[in-house]
Amino acid sequence: MKIDHSVPKEYATEENRLKIFGFWIFIGAEVALFGTLFATFFTLVDHTATGPTGHEIFELPPVLIETFVLLTSSFTIGLAVNAMRLGAKKAMLVFMGITLLLGLGFLSVEIYEFTTYVHEGASLQTSAFTSALLTLLGTHGAHVTLGFFWGLFIMIQVARRGITPETANKSFIFSLYWHFLDVIWIFIFSFVYLKGMM
Amino acid sequence: MKEYFSRFALENGDDPMIIGSQIAIAVVSIAIIVGLTYFKKWGYLWRNWLTTVDHKKIGIMYILAALLMLFRGGADAILMRAQTAVPNNGLLDAQHYNEIFTTHGVVMILFMAMPFIIGLMNVVTPLQIGARDVAFPRLNAISFWLFFFGAMLFNLSFVIGGSPDAGWTAYFPLASNDFSHTVGINYYAIAIQIAGIGTLMTGINFITTIMKMRAPGMTLMKMPMFTWSILITNLIIVFAFPVLTVALALMTMDRLFGTNFFSIANGGMDMLWANLFWVWGHPEVYIVILPAFGIYSEIISTFAQRNLYGYKSMVFSMVAISALSFLVWTHHFYTMGHGVMVNGIFSVTTMAIAVPTGVKIFNWLLTLYKGSIKFTVPMLWAMAFIPIFTIGGVTGVMLAMASADYQYHNTMFLVAHFHYVLIPGTVFGVLAGFTFWWPKIFGFSLNERIGKWAFWFIAISFNVAFFPLFLSGLNGQARRMYTYSEASGFGIYNLISFIGAIGLAIGFLLIVYQIYWSTRYAPRHVDGDPWNARSLEWATHSPVPEYNFAITPTVDSIEAFWDKKEHGKEIFKGKIEEIHMPNNSGLPIIMSAIFFVFGFALVFSMWIVAIVSLIGIFVCMAYRSFEIDHGHHIPVEKIKETERKSGVTFNED
Repeated sequence: MKIDHSVPKEYATEENRLKIFGFWIFIGAEVALFGTLFATFFTLVDHTATGPTGHEIFELPPVLIETFVLLTSSFTIGLAVNAMRLGAKKAMLVFMGITLLLGLGFLSVEIYEFTTYVHEGASLQTSAFTSALLTLLGTHGAHVTLGFFWGLFIMIQVARRGITPETANKSFIFSLYWHFLDVIWIFIFSFVYLKGMM
Repeated sequence: MKEYFSRFALENGDDPMIIGSQIAIAVVSIAIIVGLTYFKKWGYLWRNWLTTVDHKKIGIMYILAALLMLFRGGADAILMRAQTAVPNNGLLDAQHYNEIFTTHGVVMILFMAMPFIIGLMNVVTPLQIGARDVAFPRLNAISFWLFFFGAMLFNLSFVIGGSPDAGWTAYFPLASNDFSHTVGINYYAIAIQIAGIGTLMTGINFITTIMKMRAPGMTLMKMPMFTWSILITNLIIVFAFPVLTVALALMTMDRLFGTNFFSIANGGMDMLWANLFWVWGHPEVYIVILPAFGIYSEIISTFAQRNLYGYKSMVFSMVAISALSFLVWTHHFYTMGHGVMVNGIFSVTTMAIAVPTGVKIFNWLLTLYKGSIKFTVPMLWAMAFIPIFTIGGVTGVMLAMASADYQYHNTMFLVAHFHYVLIPGTVFGVLAGFTFWWPKIFGFSLNERIGKWAFWFIAISFNVAFFPLFLSGLNGQARRMYTYSEASGFGIYNLISFIGAIGLAIGFLLIVYQIYWSTRYAPRHVDGDPWNARSLEWATHSPVPEYNFAITPTVDSIEAFWDKKEHGKEIFKGKIEEIHMPNNSGLPIIMSAIFFVFGFALVFSMWIVAIVSLIGIFVCMAYRSFEIDHGHHIPVEKIKETERKSGVTFNED
C-alpha cells in the first residue's frame, strides 16, 4: 500500500481516498432518506386526529439542551480531527471521548423527552402526527446511538494502534457522519420544534 | 403449540401447488446438500464462490440468481395467462390469482431485471474502465448476498405463511392489516427492504468506482456508453432507493407496531404511500432501462462496425431522462383525485421524456445507417428492440395524456404498454448483453444457431402474447381481474395471449438449452475477441484473470481497443509490477444470512429471535471494524506465468 506523505493521513492511500469519496455519496443517500422522513412529517403534521398537537407537547428547555449538547459535540469532534492531524493522540482521544459523552447526554435527554410524550398521551400509535414525529426523531436518535458505538470502537483502535493512515481514515469518516447528524438536527430543531411551538 | 405453528401454514394449506412447491424445495435442498457432500465440493464452493470478493464472480452469481428468478416469475406469468385464457376459468381462485400477479411483478422487477443488470455491470464496468476491481470489493459481496437472501425470503412466502396479495405496488389501504390478513405484505416489506439495502450499497460502490478508478486518459466524455449508462443508473439508485427504504419501513411499522402513516384511522393518509412508492418506483423503471440502452449502444456500434452516432447527445439524453424520471411519478395515479393543474404538469413532464428517448432511437438508427451490419444474436436482439420499444413508447405517450388516461387507466392496455417497454427494453437488453459478454466471462461463445431460434421464438411470441392486450384493454378489460364473463368478448384476445405466453416459455427454455449445449460442445478460444469489439474490456484475456489487466491501460479515445487494433495505438505502457488484491471474506454471506433470520423473525413478529439476530448483525459490523485485512499481493512471476498461459508475451521476457 503506497502512502502519500504530502497529504493528511486520512487521505494518504488510494483506499482511504476512495472510502472518503464513497462516504460522501452515502451522505447523499442519507440526505434523501431524511428528506423523505421530513416530507412525511410535513404531510402529516396537521393530522393529529384525537391526539395532541405539537404545540401542546413540545417543551423548549429539553430541546434547547439537546441542541446545545449536540452542537458542542460537533465542535469537539472538529477539535479531535485537528488533534489527529497534529499527531496528538492523547488530545484526540480526549476530544473524541468528550464528543461521545455529549452524544450520550443528547440521547439521555431525548429518552426523557420520549417518555414524557408517551406519558402525555402522544405515543407512536396515537395519531399520524405522533407516528411521523417519533419516527423522524427516532431515526435521528438511532443514528446517534449507532454513532456512539462506532465512535467508541474507533477510539479503542486509535488507543491501541495509534494514528495510522487506517485509523485516521476511520476517524475522519466518523467525524463527517457526526457533523451530518448535527446538520439534520438543525433542521429538526427549526422545522419540527420551533415551527411547532409557534 | 399447534396455534403457534398454524400461522406458518397457508389459509388454503391443502393447495396442491403449494404442497408440491414445499416438497420440491425440500427435495432440491436435500439433493444440493447430499451432492455437495458426496462430491466433496463444500470447500471449493466456499473458497471460490461464497466468500469471493471478485467482481466478475459476483457478477456471475447475480446473473445466475436472476435467471432462476426469471423462471420463477415466468411460472407466475404462465399461470396467470392460463387462468385468463378462457372465460370463467377455475384453475386459480381469486386469492391465489392476487398472490400470483403480485409476486410476478415484484420478482420480475426487483429480483430479475435489476439483479441481471447489476450482474452485467459487475462483470463489465471495471473492465470497461480499465480498473483492477470495484472501489469496495467486500461491500460488493455484501450487496450481492443481501439481494440473494432478500430474494430467498420473498420466495419463502409462497410456502410459509402466504404470499403478498396487494399488487406489486401494495397500495394502502389494501395492504393494511385490515384488508390483507396473512403475513404476505410483511414478507413484501421486509424482503424488499433487505435486498434494497444491498442495491443502495451497489449504487455507492459503482459511482465511486466509475468516478475514481478510470484508466489514465479516460475522461468522462471518453467513457464507453455502457459505463455512462451505469453511472447514471447508480446515481438514480442512490437518490431513489432511500425513499423506498423509508416507505417500506413506515409500511412495516404500520403493520407490526400499529402506527398510522398509511392506514386511514387516526389521520393516516393512504395517498402518502402511493406518492412515496412512485417517487422511488418511477426512477426504478429507468434503473432497469438505462443500462439496457447502454448495452444496445455497445452492440449496435460493434455489429454495425461504426462508431456510435451522436455520442454527446446520447450522454446528454441519458442525463435528461434521469432528471425527468424523478418528476413524473404522479402519472401513475392520475385518476385518484388530483386537480387539473397537478395532472397537467405531470402530463407534460411525462411526455417530455419521449424527447431524449427519441434522440437515442434516432442515434441508433443513424449508427446503423451505412453501417455494414453483422446479424449476430446480440445484434438481432438490439434490432428487434427498436421497433417493439417504439410501440411501447408511443402507447406510453398515449397514457401520458391525463384526460385520455381516464379511459385506459388500470386496463390491460396499460399492462400491454409496460410489457412493451420493459421486455424489449430490459429483457432483450440483458439477453443481448449476456450473449455479447458471455465469451468475455467464460472464454467460449454461445451457440449462434440455437440462440437465433430462441430469439425468433421470443420476439414473435412476445408480440403474440402482448399485442392482443392493447385491444382487450381498449375494449375495457380491467387488469388484475382473475376472470371475466363470456359475454364480455375478451376471450379471444386472452386465448391468443396465452398461446404467446407458451411460445415465450419455449423461447426461454431454448436459451437454457443454448447454455447447456455451448458449455458442453462449444470450441474454447483462449485470447478471444470474437466479435471484433471496440471497448476496453476486450483488451484483456477471456476468461479474465483475477487481476483484470496485467498492466493498467492508458487510453486517449472513446474506443481505445478499436484504435489499438486499427491504428496500432499502444494502450499497455510500462512493465508488470506486483498487484495488490483484496482477500476473500466469509463475513458478507454470514451477515446477510443473519439478516435473513432477522427478516423472517420480523415477518412473524418473533421478537426474541429478531432482537438476537439484530445483535448478531451489529456484532458482524463491529468485528469488521476491528479486523485488520490488508489484502494480498500477486507477485510479478505469477502474473507473467498467467499471461504466458494466455499466449501473451511481454518485451522484457
